Amino acid sequence: MKDKIRAIVVEHGRFAGNVSSLADDADLYAAGMTSHASVGVMLALEAAFDIEFPDRMLKRSVFESISAIAMAVAELLKEAGR
Amino acid sequence: MGSQTDASAARLERITELAERVTAPAAADVDRNARFPSESFAALREARVLSAGVPADFGGHGASLTELAAGCSILGQHCSASAMVLAMHHIQVLCIARHGASSPFFRTYLTAIAREQRLIASVTSEVGIGGDMRTSLSAVETTGSRFTLNKAASTISYGAQADDLLITARRDPSAPGNDQVLVLVRRGEFTLERAGVWDTLGMRGTCSPGFKLQSAGGVEQILPAFGDLASATMVPVSHALWTSIWLGVATDAVGRARTLVRAQARKTPGSVPPTALRLAEVTTKLQLLRQAIKGFIADYEALIVQPDGGLDTLSSIGFALRVNQLKVSASELAVEIVSHALSICGIAGYRNDGPQSIGRHLRDIYSSILMIGNDRLHATNAALLLVHKGD
Ligand SMILES: Cc1cc2nc3c(=O)[nH]c(=O)nc-3n(C[C@H](O)[C@H](O)[C@H](O)COP(=O)(O)OP(=O)(O)OC[C@H]3O[C@@H](n4cnc5c(N)ncnc54)[C@H](O)[C@@H]3O)c2cc1C
Repeated sequence: MKDKIRAIVVEHGRFAGNVSSLADDADLYAAGMTSHASVGVMLALEAAFDIEFPDRMLKRSVFESISAIAMAVAELLKEAGR
Repeated sequence: MGSQTDASAARLERITELAERVTAPAAADVDRNARFPSESFAALREARVLSAGVPADFGGHGASLTELAAGCSILGQHCSASAMVLAMHHIQVLCIARHGASSPFFRTYLTAIAREQRLIASVTSEVGIGGDMRTSLSAVETTGSRFTLNKAASTISYGAQADDLLITARRDPSAPGNDQVLVLVRRGEFTLERAGVWDTLGMRGTCSPGFKLQSAGGVEQILPAFGDLASATMVPVSHALWTSIWLGVATDAVGRARTLVRAQARKTPGSVPPTALRLAEVTTKLQLLRQAIKGFIADYEALIVQPDGGLDTLSSIGFALRVNQLKVSASELAVEIVSHALSICGIAGYRNDGPQSIGRHLRDIYSSILMIGNDRLHATNAALLLVHKGD
């Protein structure tokens, strides 16, 4: 799941430099993801995993790293019984 | 609690007195000559208003956002430029008080603000970036424990009068545009070379031309993590205080219209003048504006007393939408109210002199829609709404 998330983050995060080697816990905002770009990441994740992030999850701490995103996605998949 | 409320009311009373005695008589001259409202600021310093937002532990008043907003609104009824300068200063103070209090350097600095009534200006906008506060071109360059920071600032209000500056910049020359820090430089640590003049339609007394900034200091003067600071404090506090000024400007414009309607009514006792209907309409809008700001500030104050300082909610998309909606709607409403007051006052409002003149109000209030362009904020909200569900 983390690899799938990483691919989405790299494709939609609009980072300035080369980020293919982003560590799981690297701060995505510090790496150059703007809040505008994070919206693209959220939409792509919703489409890829067929989930919807509820408003309570739409905050910086949930999208600040690949690990944090993976936790949120896992929680939603579990809630959906998948 | 009671005595705190009393102290707050007494401080606001003092601002009201000072605004009527010192600020109001100078307002026309400040506007005409696009000069700094120096007499207002001498009086505000004397009343120690420049440290109203500094916590009591550091020698300030520890005033709530509600109180700071009320003070800006009172001043805004008499001179929007004075009010805007004070608001921008309060914003810088709150950023430091809320995000620098764990640093020995900033704790000492907070006491200096209170002791010396230092005035702090804001350097966020940048040539080539415009109003996108969350992006910088300039970067902090660090060697050992010292840094240098140069920035082509497109607008710095009261840059020439400020004691100190709070500047946004990239963390280091290799950082992406949104990996920003906030840097304090004090008089003697910076030079400003003016680039252009500030000869504008309104808000003339804010004296806000562009400047070429050069500065240097110690690394302890850098506040990290500007992203959190911006969403928790700088943006919500800015929008709360700016909108409070616009409320003040709108309130005074409506007050002028009300005087005119009453004068008409006294000439024809027994019949309601046609302008009274328009006055009823515009006071409804004024009430809407007042309540929108009040509601926002109350919610914000409830959030920041939470254990995490409200950061979890303040950094959410839902709150970002709300902060931007307040600014956009309040600015549109304020412009509407002031132009409405002009049409009630008629030629007496259109004149640049006389007690019903609305000219300065109208020129000043138009800055509200471009002080962070409304379309820019609408565009941000449009993107955020793609994921926000409103649940
Ligand atoms: C009275 C006053 C005092 C000020 N004082 C200071 C100060 O002390 N310090 C400081 O740093 N700055 C200050 N500013 C500047 C302010 O913070 C903004 O940076 C500035 O008003 C924006 O300038 P701009 O319209 O040239 O730039 P831009 O933000 O570039 O906007 C230009 C136009 O493009 C539109 N636009 C921009 N982006 C988008 C988008 N994504 N989608 C749709 N439309 C968009 C805007 O709505 C606007 O119409 C002050 C401004 C005023 C009016």
